[in-house]
Amino acid sequence: MPPQLKTLIPLFGAFIVLFLIARHFLVPVSFGELGHYRFNSIAENKEKAMNYAGKDACADCHDDKAAQLKSDVHSGLSCETCHGPGQAHTENPETVKLNKPDQRSFCGNCHSMNASRPKFMVQIELKEHNPDKKCIECHNPHQPWQLKE
Amino acid sequence: MEPQYQHLYEMLSQVRGFIYPNEVDLQWGLLIVLYPYITGLVAGAFILASLERVFNVKVLKPTYQLALLTALAFLLVATMPLVSHLGHPFRAYEILMTPHSTSAMAIFGFVYLWYLMVVLLLEIWLDYRRDIVIWSQQTTGFKGRLYKILTLGVKDLSPRTVRWDDKIGYFITVVGIPSAFLLHGYVGFIFGSVKANPWWSTVLMPVIFLFSAMVSGIALVLFIYMVVTWFRRQKIDMAALDSIAKFLFYILILDFTLEGLDQIHRIYEAEESFEILSLLVHGPLFLTLFIFQILLGTLIPLISLGILQLYKPKELTRRIIYFSCSLLVLFGIFFMRWNVVIGGQLFSKSFYGFTDYKLRLAGSEGLLWALVWVILPFLILGFLLWLLPPWKKLEESTS
Amino acid sequence: MATKGIEESRRNFIRKAAAAGGLLATGLLNPFNAILYAVEKPTDPTKHWWGFGIDIEKCIGCGRCANACKEENNVPREPFYFRNWVEQYTIKNDGSVKVESPNGGIDGFVQTVPKEDIFKAFFVPKMCNHCYKSPCVQACPVGATYETPDGVVLVDETYCIGCRYCVQACPYGCRYIHPEKNTVDKCTLCYHRISKGKTTACVEVCPTQARIFGDLNDKNGELVKFLKEHTCLVLKPHLNTGSKLYYNGLNGEVR
Repeated sequence: MPPQLKTLIPLFGAFIVLFLIARHFLVPVSFGELGHYRFNSIAENKEKAMNYAGKDACADCHDDKAAQLKSDVHSGLSCETCHGPGQAHTENPETVKLNKPDQRSFCGNCHSMNASRPKFMVQIELKEHNPDKKCIECHNPHQPWQLKE
Repeated sequence: MEPQYQHLYEMLSQVRGFIYPNEVDLQWGLLIVLYPYITGLVAGAFILASLERVFNVKVLKPTYQLALLTALAFLLVATMPLVSHLGHPFRAYEILMTPHSTSAMAIFGFVYLWYLMVVLLLEIWLDYRRDIVIWSQQTTGFKGRLYKILTLGVKDLSPRTVRWDDKIGYFITVVGIPSAFLLHGYVGFIFGSVKANPWWSTVLMPVIFLFSAMVSGIALVLFIYMVVTWFRRQKIDMAALDSIAKFLFYILILDFTLEGLDQIHRIYEAEESFEILSLLVHGPLFLTLFIFQILLGTLIPLISLGILQLYKPKELTRRIIYFSCSLLVLFGIFFMRWNVVIGGQLFSKSFYGFTDYKLRLAGSEGLLWALVWVILPFLILGFLLWLLPPWKKLEESTS
Repeated sequence: MATKGIEESRRNFIRKAAAAGGLLATGLLNPFNAILYAVEKPTDPTKHWWGFGIDIEKCIGCGRCANACKEENNVPREPFYFRNWVEQYTIKNDGSVKVESPNGGIDGFVQTVPKEDIFKAFFVPKMCNHCYKSPCVQACPVGATYETPDGVVLVDETYCIGCRYCVQACPYGCRYIHPEKNTVDKCTLCYHRISKGKTTACVEVCPTQARIFGDLNDKNGELVKFLKEHTCLVLKPHLNTGSKLYYNGLNGEVR
């Protein structure tokens, strides 16, 4: 065998062995258990904290509001659609309060006139429909058609 | 508004038509333009060197070692733009530890290592081994010690062993040519295989990348050969220069034809994406595609070199033309990469609008880093030429 | 003897060829059994196989889904990062299409085209398609994005190197680089919620039930019912991504 190869072959062999050793230590735990990924990552993704509690959790305490909501056209809405994420509130009801949006623009997200909205949607011209009043001065957001006098 | 988002708000105001909201943040900037550019220079320079060795093109002998060293200098830097643009550069090793077999990008580490360790380093080592052994005996101090290490302990200079150098070296060059094709064809595949992007997704992409790589690599060697000879105040080998230019001319024709074929095919098929791509090349890409890449980088060199194939003016004129052509080609291929990488991200995948790319000075994707990765290979080449001067080797072999 | 040998080997050959042909035929036919998934059948039909439906006819463009997604998943509030957003399509009488998605629809939409010029207008909520033959999973060089056994495409943010190849590979623009984590981020189908039996945040807040989250393996489930009762399409079907995000009322203009 030529002397060059006598040196080169062990050199490359050593390189490959080093690579395999590095690989042994650097491939993370649980990698490849199910597919080409770190299996533990699934559990880590599951563990993330929730911010939205869900409608049922709200009804546990606010059963009156839930019943009101159910009785009118907003029955399909979740409490958190308007009030925002409520998980923290369910854990600390006294300290964490949810917002009660009362701006016209907030109601306008759904009800301002827009040709893209489906026809079943009740829509108004925000600028024309009682422009000086807040929507909730007449409409109870939990029972929109029970107009306040 | 926090300052880190300021450039994104500026981009947002530049958007024309509709783009998906996540597309405002353009993902691959200047550094990813450099990556195929530098890799292409490597592959091209190596293929030029192999011409001499495998096909025995004797006239190219003065540039053989120079081309190899150029390839090495650029190859050492080739991964740097890639790594420095990563969100987590220190996780880059993962690509070697758990390469995903379905990913077009995953195998790059291995292709790169194969090319660096098995092809380029070995070929240069075998080619220089005899000289390194002789120099290690003649030189003292730091340089002498460096030579001693580089011999790897193989100090045998018997004719039989030296013949082995040549035999193994030849074998490696033969292996090296497909490897060089693999290296750069593969870089083309990284882009060509993205089916979500109609500007990239073409089966010709690897071939186009390969030929543009050869064009740019040959132009680079031509340029470096002229500069190095000028620095050494030596007489340039016109025969070598003429034939490099001839090869450049031929490969440039092939490259231009292939790219033309790709575009004609695209225009004729006129698929769903045709309108937006047509707006792209006539709008945001007009300057870099039609003027920089096609006119300055392709047509002018093509015509000048073509004329020189028929009519040979005196040496000085030829040298000036070769020099300017090599620079124009290098400039043009850089913008070819630019048009692929940046161009492919300027239009929305919704095909309803455009975003903009603004080059930033600082930052990991900025101009300053890019300049570092462009200048560094020349410094490395300077070091390699100091350590392994091809001219010294030539003198010894002819004497 | 010799002829017998040949005969035998020929018979063997025919038998083998027939078997191979049979395999090939079933291999070719199999995908057609499961158009629903645009792909082959999920490996284990007794387990969950999550998918998603969106009823464009019910979407009122309130943008609560896009907002809730950011709230639930701590997505940066800047208007460049969305796991979930709403697009407004306006097709004008002259045939031109105008698409808008200001801040992903979170701040609501205004009608920017005068009514008399409008031929047709609608909203299209967008999110990750949780593709079965997902181009982003295919592209990830290190295995930092993957499809779970129950059909959700997730990111391993401790392993992602931030190369952005998956962002390029996604035809739907559903991925972004998280500006603080420097890793890729995308819709997880609220994996932390659905694996606890809850629904996704966007479904929770949708006021018109335009969004349907469900199990494609549950033949009596809500999603399969939705698919049965409506003419559903996926986005960019020609790219064969195996998308599991099904739209009712999807217009050809939507891309």
